[in-house]
Amino acid sequence: MSPDITVSARNLRKRYGDLVAVDGVSFETRAGECFGFLGPNGAGKTSTMRMIGGSSPVGDGQLTVLGLPVAEHPRRVKAQLGVVPQEENLELDLTVRENLTVYGRYFNLPAAVLRERSERLVDFVQLRDKADVNVRFLSGGMKRRLLIAGAFINEPQVVILDEPTTGLDPQARHLVWEKLRQLKGQNRTLLLTTHYMDEAEQLCDRLVVMEKGKILAEGRPRDLIQSHVTRDVVELAGAREVREEIRARYAEKVAGHEMLEERLLLFTDDGEELLHVLTAERLAGIEFYARRATLEDVFLKLTGRSLSE
Amino acid sequence: MTFPTGVSPRGAFRVWQRNAAVYRKTYKLNILPNFFEPVIYLAAMGFGVGAYVTRDIEGMSYLRYIAPGLLAASAMNGGTFETTYNVFVKMYFARTYEAVTATPVTIADAMAGEILWGITRGTIYGSAFAAVMTVFGLFGHWTAVLVLPLIVLTAWLFAAMGLLYTSLIRVIDLYSFYYTLWLTPLFLFSGIFFPLSTLPEWARAVAWATPLYHCVNLMKAAAHGSWSASSWLDLLWVLAASLITSIWALRRVERRFSA
Repeated sequence: MSPDITVSARNLRKRYGDLVAVDGVSFETRAGECFGFLGPNGAGKTSTMRMIGGSSPVGDGQLTVLGLPVAEHPRRVKAQLGVVPQEENLELDLTVRENLTVYGRYFNLPAAVLRERSERLVDFVQLRDKADVNVRFLSGGMKRRLLIAGAFINEPQVVILDEPTTGLDPQARHLVWEKLRQLKGQNRTLLLTTHYMDEAEQLCDRLVVMEKGKILAEGRPRDLIQSHVTRDVVELAGAREVREEIRARYAEKVAGHEMLEERLLLFTDDGEELLHVLTAERLAGIEFYARRATLEDVFLKLTGRSLSE
Repeated sequence: MTFPTGVSPRGAFRVWQRNAAVYRKTYKLNILPNFFEPVIYLAAMGFGVGAYVTRDIEGMSYLRYIAPGLLAASAMNGGTFETTYNVFVKMYFARTYEAVTATPVTIADAMAGEILWGITRGTIYGSAFAAVMTVFGLFGHWTAVLVLPLIVLTAWLFAAMGLLYTSLIRVIDLYSFYYTLWLTPLFLFSGIFFPLSTLPEWARAVAWATPLYHCVNLMKAAAHGSWSASSWLDLLWVLAASLITSIWALRRVERRFSA
């Protein structure tokens, strides 16, 4: 195994009773990258994270973290892992500082080291003003930042971020992203689950798209867009008949198309050119615009548009 | 280092430390009731009911008779509360053990830490009660110093039993059964308020099979200097039950968490 492989999963499986949560997943992550797990609810992202984090036994297959099989060395693996949980689990009756102290003690950090790191992390996540405030009184964004600080108290090599910005307002999200970008690198691996495509595009170097426990696609965000959709998308909104007519005429000329309830999507590598052509037609009763294709288009193409729940 | 049960004492201590850190912030509010409770019980039962009990029981006043048993009950309550409601809240609402088990501390370590903390709280409760008894002059023999380790032991037994019950339930409301159908009968029929010799043979046999009975026997023996051969049997009963229940409870919670 190459030395910079941090997490390696081979045919990883997990079932809860009759439900197959993770169904033969294989991937490798490298030191210094942010690796994303994208998928709708119930895709198996969190189950995979829980196995990596050693909080749920490996169902079947091989899983190593930093070269150690998780199933055999859960304590040693966890000593080198950081976890930002999906749901907040802070000590509400303790202050920001006390939370870091209590959490750091679980890693048996010497008091002096713990004190120094806590102070540094309090500054890093911009909670200096709140250092002695009970966590009960913090906002959602502050709590999330404190969870991030906690996950780094043991200076982990691998950090699991399970939907780190779910439920946050835009300002709080951007601040969390900024912090995570700063924490990337230093040879650390960030494992990120999310169902926000913009988050994945912002943070992930590589990612996998999961659905129903399986990996549907893997690659860099830009490469995934290029290989699964086109560079640009032209969206048209208007009466269905008009859209149908345009579809009939353009289906052959574009790389792909998709008819939705309210819109028609035309996939093309040159959106501007298509826009010119459409404008020249002087179509009545229809509006259209071009945009860059996003991971969301890839995601929807791969996983379909219907709700999976 | 880990014990054969897979529990790391250091991990357990970390969770104990966590509880102590939280308790330190609220103890000023918590500790006072620990002193009120015995005063209220002793006043109501000892002076109130005791005024009508004109005959001595086992050669002593009613107040003196019931005090050691109430002391055992106080350690029982302290130990129980921590591993019932408090552990349940941490397990299902506060997600405390999710945070803990993301670190090298395992769920078994955490539960051992909770039992240790239950013992600590039960000991705080019991010691407050013993302090009040000392003020009232209710200890009659030098062996009363043994009361302290017996408080620890009683708290251990009931912390472990509370945890075992917690491992069996998924709904917090089910604690009302534990409290009303288990702890309350124990409190009333373990020889605290009247000698079990007044009950039929079968009822005494049932009492022997229950935990608080032995704790009450031990407290009385220590407080009044009446330690006998049967006291050793009580001691063995409580030690064995505490150990078996603790391991059983740890195993059960471990299994629940390893899904």
